[in-house]
Amino acid sequence: MPLEILLVEDSPGDVRLTQEAFRIAGKRINLNVATDGVAAMEFLRREGVHGEAPRPDFILLDLNLPKMDGREVLAHIKEDEELKTIPTIILTTSEAEVDILRSYKLQANCYLNKPVQLEAFEFLVKTVNEFWLTLARLPPRETVV
Amino acid sequence: MTKEVLLVEDSPGDVRLTLEAFRDVGIDVHLHVAVDGVEAVAFLNQEGTYASAPRPDFILLDLNLPKMDGRQVLARIKNDESLKTIPTVILTTSDAAADVANSYQLQANCYLTKPVQLDEFEALVKSISDFWLRKVKLPRPVQ
Repeated sequence: MPLEILLVEDSPGDVRLTQEAFRIAGKRINLNVATDGVAAMEFLRREGVHGEAPRPDFILLDLNLPKMDGREVLAHIKEDEELKTIPTIILTTSEAEVDILRSYKLQANCYLNKPVQLEAFEFLVKTVNEFWLTLARLPPRETVV
Repeated sequence: MTKEVLLVEDSPGDVRLTLEAFRDVGIDVHLHVAVDGVEAVAFLNQEGTYASAPRPDFILLDLNLPKMDGRQVLARIKNDESLKTIPTVILTTSDAAADVANSYQLQANCYLTKPVQLDEFEALVKSISDFWLRKVKLPRPVQ
């Protein structure tokens, strides 16, 4: 069964790079993309055209997004009893201490800076893939608690 | 800047292996060890002999611990407004789905199972320290 990943990212270039880095990593992954915060929440709540959306095993979330900001998306995810268990990784160009601290306060699982260099970006996605999708145990799909 | 890491682990063998793996990675780390849950909470709350304990930048927490269980320690950390921002990674032999689910429910930052093989355990600790202490942006402690 492929892993379902939700990538919330408005930059087409970064979406493309992330897709390629995951493909090179060769894991069975369905990369679902939401290009703004509203679309991300609709996907997670299976609203509208996303009625059949799978529950993501893992979320990669940018902070600066159109329509609804990533900070707000994160708060919605972590306030929702059903969604809060999904590991949510912030991947953003923001290096502001206030963004880092606020994200951990909202219980982001980890915070990563997007490197500007293409190769470094690819390497980071590869590392995320190795650490989170290979080594880490992700929460089971069915609620067992 | 030296990173302060709190390792909550009751097995002396695993403590030793973790210390060595951290040293091998070459990251500047102060590794503090608490051997049971009560000690971990005392360290975090700077109680008793831990009055001058530093605030950890990162916590590695075992689940099965004497005196106070790791699940309880995790709940204390994540229900405390000041401590909840410290990335807390579960490192345990338990691969029970209920433990995984429950830990993420309590907002553990990540869950990893301890491999039985020594070399795999060492490789895992190296990956953890490389990822969490080098790649990840940790929150800066609020004074």
